[in-house]
Amino acid sequence: MTAHEITLTVNGEEVREAVEPRTTLVDFLRDTLGLTGSHVGCEHGVCGACSVRLDGAVVRGCLTLAVQCDGHKVETIEGASDSGAIADLQEAFRTRNALQCGYCTPAMLLTAAELLAGGGVPSRAAIREHLSGNYCRCTGYHAIIDAVEAVARVRAGATS
Amino acid sequence: MKPAPFDYARARSVEHAVELLGREGARLLAGGQSLIATLNMRLSHPSLLVDINEVAGLDRLARRNGHIEICALVRLAQAERSAELVQAAPLIARALPHIGHPAIRNRGTIGGSIAFADPAAELPACLLALDGEVEIAGPAGKRTVKADDFFQGLFETALGPRDVLIAIRLPAATHDTRVGFAELARRHGDYAMVGLAAAARANGTKLTDVRLVFFGVGSTPVRARDAEAALAAGDLEAGVKALARNLDPPDDVQATGAVKKHLAGVLLRRVARQLTEAPQ
Repeated sequence: MTAHEITLTVNGEEVREAVEPRTTLVDFLRDTLGLTGSHVGCEHGVCGACSVRLDGAVVRGCLTLAVQCDGHKVETIEGASDSGAIADLQEAFRTRNALQCGYCTPAMLLTAAELLAGGGVPSRAAIREHLSGNYCRCTGYHAIIDAVEAVARVRAGATS
Repeated sequence: MKPAPFDYARARSVEHAVELLGREGARLLAGGQSLIATLNMRLSHPSLLVDINEVAGLDRLARRNGHIEICALVRLAQAERSAELVQAAPLIARALPHIGHPAIRNRGTIGGSIAFADPAAELPACLLALDGEVEIAGPAGKRTVKADDFFQGLFETALGPRDVLIAIRLPAATHDTRVGFAELARRHGDYAMVGLAAAARANGTKLTDVRLVFFGVGSTPVRARDAEAALAAGDLEAGVKALARNLDPPDDVQATGAVKKHLAGVLLRRVARQLTEAPQ
């Protein structure tokens, strides 16, 4: 099975690598590029730990092949974190204990950021629903919902 | 787990995809939200994946001559955001939030969901309830297949191994269109234990052209024809009773057939109420 040469943008930098077609995007990011902030959990799209941005939309890194990303833009938690764009969300997760082991956290942050990018203050039910595809086995979710809601309120200029 | 090795080719056009699919063991890759999971679990092992994600023009959604045409690569999330879709296909709009999770809907496609034909999936049932049709391109050119003839068996459709589903077409909703949708799943985003997609036409206080399509109850989406007739006659109780004749769900990991039959009645009562409501 021939390797394919792919060129893509990862966190703003152009990357050129040869990949086997069967390599998933999350394995490529972790094993080839050393970006280990995206985590591998169930490997069939259920747990959400591998979520990354592809052309701006959050997708499952385990249900996308690296070879499909040729010519596209990928952003991982490393990029989102370094840019400072989700610093408020990260801080809210920390202060509200919205993480314990941290395994789900990078993907949880990206998924929450996508919801918040829509603007406004989503209801707690809407936050729960938006995060329903990201499993957390530590927190019981309440602190995560609290953190996301708090950031939404601050960003909307409201006080809680 | 990791997938077994396979080759990969990007189709440049629908015709190119049809040509590439001529290779033994080739499979079409659209959103990949079901296919890549089965690859990872080594439940399927194609020799070649034919990726249609870069084919131009397959991501259109447009109203045309009283129909709405949704091309195969329209992402579920893209459809969800479309005001046009909400207006012209309110049943699909109601069903979409039940499919997977936001990240799945960002990538998963309308065409993929129909072509994969999971018997517990929402969109195949909606297509059938709306009396829609499927446009297919294959080695002999294009053809159109009615939803009633499209779903043939468990994960089996009218698509041949070299066919590409290029669009679905649905009659656009009019002022007298009524739709209803409900499903019961153990967790949000899971496949339904039982679900129901329904469409009808309002005629004064009565309903005509009732189509009730249950999913998760057999190897394909299943129309409950006696229940449809009962609802058209205004007799919901008879409709619920008729489900005992119309549905024969097998036991599965989620529920026994008997439980599913009971739940189908619960859903019919909920959906019958929705069918009496005029759209906002």
